[in-house]
Amino acid sequence: MKTLIRQARILNPATQEDKKADLLIDGETISRIESSISDSSAKTIDADGWWLIPGLVDIHVHLREPGAEKKETIATGTLAAAAGGVTSVVCMANTSPPIDNNTEIEFILERVKRTGYVRVYPVGTVTKALEGKEIANIGSMVDAGAIAISDDGRNVTDPLVMRRAMEYSTIFGIPIITHNEEHILTDGGTLNEGKMSMMMGLQGCPAEAESISIARDLILAKKTGAHVHIAHLSAAESVDLLRFYKRKGVQATGETAPHYLLLTDDAVDGYNTNAKMNPPLRTKEDQNALYEGLKDGTIDSIATDHAPHTIADKNQEFPLAPFGIIGLETLLPLLLGRIRERAGLDLLSLLGLVTHKPAAVMNLPGGKIEVGGPADITLWNPDPTYSINADHFYSKARNTPFHGWEVKGRVEATFVAGRQVFSYGKTERI
Amino acid sequence: MTEWLRKDCLGLRGVSREEIELVLDTARSMKEIHTRTVKKVPTLRGKIVANLFYEPSTRTRTSFELAATRLSADVINITTAQSSVVKGETVPDTANNLRVMGADAVVIRHNISGTPHFLAKNTSIPVLNAGDGTNEHPSQALLDMFTIREHKGCIEGLTVAIVGDILHGRVARSNMWGLLTLGAKVRFVGPPTLIPPGVQDLGVEVYHDLDKAIEGVDVINLLRIQRERMTGNFFPSLQEYSRIYGMTMERLKRAKPGVLIMHPGPMNRGIEIMSEVADSESSVILEQVTNGIAVRMALLYLLIGREIESDKPHEKKDLHTPTLFEN
Repeated sequence: MKTLIRQARILNPATQEDKKADLLIDGETISRIESSISDSSAKTIDADGWWLIPGLVDIHVHLREPGAEKKETIATGTLAAAAGGVTSVVCMANTSPPIDNNTEIEFILERVKRTGYVRVYPVGTVTKALEGKEIANIGSMVDAGAIAISDDGRNVTDPLVMRRAMEYSTIFGIPIITHNEEHILTDGGTLNEGKMSMMMGLQGCPAEAESISIARDLILAKKTGAHVHIAHLSAAESVDLLRFYKRKGVQATGETAPHYLLLTDDAVDGYNTNAKMNPPLRTKEDQNALYEGLKDGTIDSIATDHAPHTIADKNQEFPLAPFGIIGLETLLPLLLGRIRERAGLDLLSLLGLVTHKPAAVMNLPGGKIEVGGPADITLWNPDPTYSINADHFYSKARNTPFHGWEVKGRVEATFVAGRQVFSYGKTERI
Repeated sequence: MTEWLRKDCLGLRGVSREEIELVLDTARSMKEIHTRTVKKVPTLRGKIVANLFYEPSTRTRTSFELAATRLSADVINITTAQSSVVKGETVPDTANNLRVMGADAVVIRHNISGTPHFLAKNTSIPVLNAGDGTNEHPSQALLDMFTIREHKGCIEGLTVAIVGDILHGRVARSNMWGLLTLGAKVRFVGPPTLIPPGVQDLGVEVYHDLDKAIEGVDVINLLRIQRERMTGNFFPSLQEYSRIYGMTMERLKRAKPGVLIMHPGPMNRGIEIMSEVADSESSVILEQVTNGIAVRMALLYLLIGREIESDKPHEKKDLHTPTLFEN
């Protein structure tokens, strides 16, 4: 099966190339990229005026299966990914039961094979049952296909457990993804501590609760030589710490999410549970620091922390509603339509943050356009303007604070391993 | 004259000066009823007010109940222990059941901040916030302002010191919003552990030294210190708190002549307020309680009373405007 994509603007962040050309997919791989290709046996897509970019790599996604299929499943979550131009997702382990052994990893991969639309790379837990006490069977999980470990959703509170987990992780060369939050300092808080928590009469989470925990893990990374990947950076001081330890040569990487780049804690006003996530939305100063971190390379990636919840979950008193918002289907429109204006980065560098750079952080293939490489491709139409409508999402969930936002551009088609899994208005499973 | 156009009374944040003055002016005519031999008028006859209290309360619940009955409304009292809450029913479900049984308004107290706002979005009848978590207690602040106005004539230009647990204080927050809107200066006084971060941005002066804080103030509002806060290490002991922040006659002498001493109750005599201060000439603490009924009568009247007068229940344009804060 061959597909010829004609005259797209091919943007390849990994090589900094930006050129108009034809691209031929043969089977699962990209077989040719030339200024003009003719192949009568190929299905042809006229992509003149569109952009051809590597399929996005989202290294922070909650698919909710097993255990919370009301919120999302591997089928609906990966379909949402395909619709968002995301061809690889890294899925977190805080399911029910948690992904803390090889059987659970095998279960995920089996479900992906049977129901998934895009590539899924599972994360295993750091500790058994996410309890923060005993280290999980990391080696067996890696053998079964885990690409990283994380207790995401919770901090590994005990520094000794974290130290040992880091030491142990170095055997396998996998990153340990940290969810940094000093629980004793957040003390049940549900939004950023500051003016908004005062104005809403709610217990806030100080930014220092995140940064203090990050400092601990970076110091431990320095000692142990582990690769620490800091998830969802939200606070200015956290960025400073990551920059400091990176300069010292510590093997540390970091990500932030579109919502931290586009919203501040003002968004929770009116007890808006669709703007409630952990870590919480913070201040303009924090946001500016995140953009600085993107610009100077301190932050390696933008990941969504796609966290689906049902409408009923979110339609509750603010402190009772669960943390998290979805992001797979808004990532690219927000990145290109909103974040781009403020980031001051060139287009290829910006796209790098959602393609080859996150792939490199997690040691994954993909995120690149290369002859002989996997045909994971997204076709982007830069022209249409519209407002984001959560009711049209492929995800089961609707919990986004971006409903109604004006954006420009949409995903026209998504290819995974040469197979078109999404075209605007219709989908097909791998 | 200004009209009350909101469906609910959820808090004083974002409420205009004209609206606050409307409530206070309405309360003045309500207070007159209190001086009559027959303390009852037919204004809300046929209306039903549901008191939905998820937290223990004697004063506020009784005050709302008396306010409603003086206006001839019927009152349903529901408290957590006897309600379906224990069976896991949501707040909107409980309130909407009361609505279809005929309730015209819900007065709600809840331990979670924002619950009245959440309810207001999920029910069509007016919601009155009788205290939500650590957020607001608007009727208390309105009665405080009513009392201040009775004594001082006008609130603009006054300086009000609010002393104690500001962090968890819904009375403090509602007073802050209302007083700032009416043009008063507000001082928050207490240990740094009980002053919420971010208040300075809102135009409040913060003091940790009570003696300095009460210099030149017209009103001192002393908040109840809750014993359970001690376990959170907000202060080491009640004795030490009392020594540093307790209002004594000695301290009172430093304040302006004519200073008003207020307390939302219930008082811890000998802790945040010494008995002599509570019973002194400066104290208007019991007047606050009396005025509370008048202010709550005014709120009930403004929210559900005027339809009867005009006999046009849907003339209020934004009858279905969900909350104070939604833009």
